[in-house]
Amino acid sequence: MKDQLFAYVLRLADDAAILGQRLGEWCGHAPTLEEDIGLANIGLDYIGQARALYTYAGEIEGKGRDEDQLCFLRHEREFSNCLLVEQPNGDFAETIAREFFFAAFMLPFWTRLKASRDETLAAIAAKAEKEAAYHLRHSAEWVIRLGDGTGESHERMQDAVEALWIYTGELFEVDDTLATLIADGIAVDPEPIRTEWRETVARVLSEATLAIPEEGYAQTGGRSGIHTEHFGHLLSEMQYMQRAYPGLKW
Amino acid sequence: MSATAKFRENVEGLRRIAWDVAAKVVDPEVPVLTIEDLGVLRDVRIADDGVVEVDITPTYTGCPAMGVFTMDIETELAKAGFGEVRINTVLSPAWTTDWLSEEAREKLRDYGIAPPAGKASRRALFGDDEVTCPRCGSKNTEKVSEFGSTACKALWRCCDCAEPFDYFKCI
Repeated sequence: MKDQLFAYVLRLADDAAILGQRLGEWCGHAPTLEEDIGLANIGLDYIGQARALYTYAGEIEGKGRDEDQLCFLRHEREFSNCLLVEQPNGDFAETIAREFFFAAFMLPFWTRLKASRDETLAAIAAKAEKEAAYHLRHSAEWVIRLGDGTGESHERMQDAVEALWIYTGELFEVDDTLATLIADGIAVDPEPIRTEWRETVARVLSEATLAIPEEGYAQTGGRSGIHTEHFGHLLSEMQYMQRAYPGLKW
Repeated sequence: MSATAKFRENVEGLRRIAWDVAAKVVDPEVPVLTIEDLGVLRDVRIADDGVVEVDITPTYTGCPAMGVFTMDIETELAKAGFGEVRINTVLSPAWTTDWLSEEAREKLRDYGIAPPAGKASRRALFGDDEVTCPRCGSKNTEKVSEFGSTACKALWRCCDCAEPFDYFKCI
């Protein structure tokens, strides 16, 4: 059970850390000042969640690894984040589509995790839920503004939705680790979230005058460490300081 | 009074002094508010080994001020003559703007930051808040950005006096 819990907390931590890192890449480059601050703020929420989760994962593992070691000193194949969060920022529309798909899942996810039998996870969920509500509202507003905007913005938003669609199925994947923890009342079963996620996505995309992609092949692999080609590059930047100066503290 | 009772009283006295010292630490981003005003300071105890234990809770999970709070609490307690200090971050119950006292809200307004409007609820998280301009008191205001100078604030503008201002988000 301990191994499964460690793996589960690490997944959640990796999702948050990697998306936080991606959003941090926008710092100083976003289309407007307000949006620059907004994306950095959202990134900060994710990094905060990742810190709490990594620290907890380290306690469960009991080998003395802290948040920094778990985040900065593991290799590509040891990361178990979903593929969606590691996708490159692309243009602003792709960043927004990635954020929207993820937040539309995470809000109902955290709401359910508050009822986990694991008290630490429940406590983290209670904080993260409030943050996810803002993330969903922010990204949904942009999907609508861009989709229902100019011809150019509509086209780019549609392209982004279609490009990332293949990675959304992984959010609902249940493997043995997850199944065990669901049965034990610790993890959230993603299956019941599927309906709510689809409804949110359909409502926002239709208001944005965007076409909803058809259900199709879902690319998975992230949970078992098989990542897309972008991931190694992300890690090399994210982990550079700890690799170059082992044990560095701010 | 028995020796044990006297000892307990001394420990309680020490605890109160430690609380008062820690409670004076201010938010680096909103220096008119102390960590006590904010509800960030949750508990101060004197452990059996004599170490001062302080519990703090983050406003937002990623709030960078937490590091500053920790450092400032340690510094202030050291200045007051306390030895070793242990600072714990507690996540539950999750911090809410409902913990801001009326006095804290008044201090925010005077400082030019609109305090959170109403009670934290799911409706407040999703709906549009009615925010009053901290300068002129007008309710004719508009949101510029959901995200402001820190994680806990949004950027608003007054349509009457034209002043841009920070709004302390209601969570």
